[in-house]
Amino acid sequence: MAALNDEQTMLRDMVREWADNESPVTAFRKLRAAAPVEGYDPAAWRALSEMGLPGIVIPEAFGGTAFGYLSLGLVLEQLGRNLAATPLASTAAAASAIVLGGSDAAKAEWLPKIASGAVIATLAIDEGPVHDPAKISASVSGGKLSGTKAFVAEGDSASVFVVAASDGLYLVTGDTGVTRAPRHMTDSRSHAQVTFDGAPAERLGDTKLTAQVIDRATAITCAEMLGMAEQAFHTTNDYLKTRVQFGQQLSTFQALQHRMAKMFTELELMRSAVEGALEAIDAGRSDLDQAVSLAKAVASDTLHLVSREMIQLHGGIGMTDEHDAGFYIKRARVLETMWGNAAFHRERFAQLNGY
Amino acid sequence: MATAPELDVAANPLDSFRAEARAWIAANFPPSLKNKDSSLSSLEGPTDLSADEIAWKTAMGDKGWGVPGWPVAYGGGGLDKAQIRVLQEELARAGASNPIGGMGIMMFGPTLLEYGSEAQKQEHILAIAKGDVRWCQGYSEPNAGSDLANVQTFAEDAGDHYIVNGQKTWTSGGQWADKCFALVRTDKSQKHGGISFLLIDMTAPGVEVKPIRMISGQSPFCETFFTNVKVPKENLVGREGQGWEIGTRLLQHERNSLSGGGGASRLFAGKPMGTLAKEYRGADDKGRVPDSDLRMRIVRHEMDSRAFALTLRRAALEAKSNQGPSAATSIMKNVGARITQDRAELSIEIMGMAGLGWEGEGFSEDELTQTRTWLWGKAVSIYGGSTEIQNNIVSKRILGMLDHQ
Repeated sequence: MAALNDEQTMLRDMVREWADNESPVTAFRKLRAAAPVEGYDPAAWRALSEMGLPGIVIPEAFGGTAFGYLSLGLVLEQLGRNLAATPLASTAAAASAIVLGGSDAAKAEWLPKIASGAVIATLAIDEGPVHDPAKISASVSGGKLSGTKAFVAEGDSASVFVVAASDGLYLVTGDTGVTRAPRHMTDSRSHAQVTFDGAPAERLGDTKLTAQVIDRATAITCAEMLGMAEQAFHTTNDYLKTRVQFGQQLSTFQALQHRMAKMFTELELMRSAVEGALEAIDAGRSDLDQAVSLAKAVASDTLHLVSREMIQLHGGIGMTDEHDAGFYIKRARVLETMWGNAAFHRERFAQLNGY
Repeated sequence: MATAPELDVAANPLDSFRAEARAWIAANFPPSLKNKDSSLSSLEGPTDLSADEIAWKTAMGDKGWGVPGWPVAYGGGGLDKAQIRVLQEELARAGASNPIGGMGIMMFGPTLLEYGSEAQKQEHILAIAKGDVRWCQGYSEPNAGSDLANVQTFAEDAGDHYIVNGQKTWTSGGQWADKCFALVRTDKSQKHGGISFLLIDMTAPGVEVKPIRMISGQSPFCETFFTNVKVPKENLVGREGQGWEIGTRLLQHERNSLSGGGGASRLFAGKPMGTLAKEYRGADDKGRVPDSDLRMRIVRHEMDSRAFALTLRRAALEAKSNQGPSAATSIMKNVGARITQDRAELSIEIMGMAGLGWEGEGFSEDELTQTRTWLWGKAVSIYGGSTEIQNNIVSKRILGMLDHQ
């Protein structure tokens, strides 16, 4: 845990308490069964909104709290622990684009609505199944954006889209020229193909801004992954202390103790890398792109390991739908893939370092 | 400290100390030693000291600043943490290194200050503070490595003295040491409770030392044999049977010095691996390291190093901000060892045959050093609690996993 100020400690504890009381993994299980169109529980989103969470990276002048990215990360980590299905990460990432590139009018119109939770916003960047910001063909002519975006998170409910075109980022609000087709994914969360056909679009900035916004989206995704990895690990550790075989708790077997110790080691490195990226964004460091690629590569590898081991160490019960392990590994793979997997970020890190 | 801070003595008592330290260093530090490493604190053995080196060591020893935090009464500097930091800054500014070091300073001294009798402190601490006496560690035995509590070297009660028989091994610097702090068995009926902490004179009759040649060609360790060695009873530290407690306390000092700030910063010294790779392997038409598999392994290593650097920083910040000792400290030893070894393996792989030279013509000095560094680095995951022992500690103490019933 980074060295937190009082405000951050209170925020973390508040969200952790809410997540444990109001949004345990059983809540996600119920949501999956109910399968609402929007892919999240509107009542839970209202609760988070009342806590001011959608405005964490929005300036106070526009109704936010401006606590910053490390604070947002603390929140997403707590939500990630229990797989709470909320549009917070997508909404905050899209808000960051408006904060960084929006006109005064766009800021005044949209940021207060996002901060209050009244509007769901999201990023629409990739056009294929693999993250590739260099391969964007959506284009804008005469203020109208056209192109098809694949696997847009919260694409079923968002009414504000921050869309990447080949020459930079645009803001699309409203339904004109926008069609959505849900994509039912293994993580039971909202993803949709969104087609823009001459949708009115306002320019936010060039491809540099696209990269800056993707870095922010990536770092906050890592925070959710951190919470998931921690919880998957602790659930597994608790299980090893209760399951008895050969007349012994599984946790007394040294082969398993050392596997757990190694995973714990990787988790500590993951926490440092993830918090380091969030702090780099807050500090406006010039090498934050490297910090983000480090975080996503380490986070992806570590969550991958922990989610696999969660099933293996639980044995058969971990294979059943009744157990939570499946939820963790399914969401893990989606987030590992989102914004570039470990290999993508190792290559990016290599290029940034001139290797 | 690159630039000299403004001194405002009246405003800040630390500035007054800084002025005092700066003046004293200017008056006592021989310019000929500027930016030279101290040879005294290394394990490479004694070297012939120049007159300037002797003068500097004597001055620092008399001032007590070789051990600035130790009490003045025992030859230390009696400085607080802030003053020690200022002193280190001023030494660095002058290009001066501390001529007083070794196991007496890092491990034994702090432990004796805690557990020793007044007579023992008077006898030993002062000499350590002056850098006059070299100590070695008599812990490991052929059958007591990771299972250290299995020590068998026996100290038999003979009235006013003990008769010690047995063998120690991995005695760092044993061939140059004046004295040895040792774990010996005074009671064969119980394992941990039968161990005592005894100070043994390495020049006493019956002490025999044989250097061990390592795979790196160096001999920093010895086997030490005790045959009917007479040790006065006043050399027992603490009570009989208290040796395990005292000995493990000393190991905490050792681990702090192995994984703490000083050792860790050396991990990040030297060229980035990508730069080294291009020097030896050239670049492809896009300016990349041409071997794509090697290139990605370099990236993985660099990422591991950076995540570790961030973890060191995080642990330090957490410790400062009253969150109690950070759980992250428990992984430092293993990750530090992994990074040290990965770095050396990658380096020699990048260099090809040039990274495997042993001695003589046809290799640069850096290349020959790399071979030895690579081989010596294999010790890092073994000494000071092996990787496996660290994993035991993490799983039991942090994760609460229990022993087999």
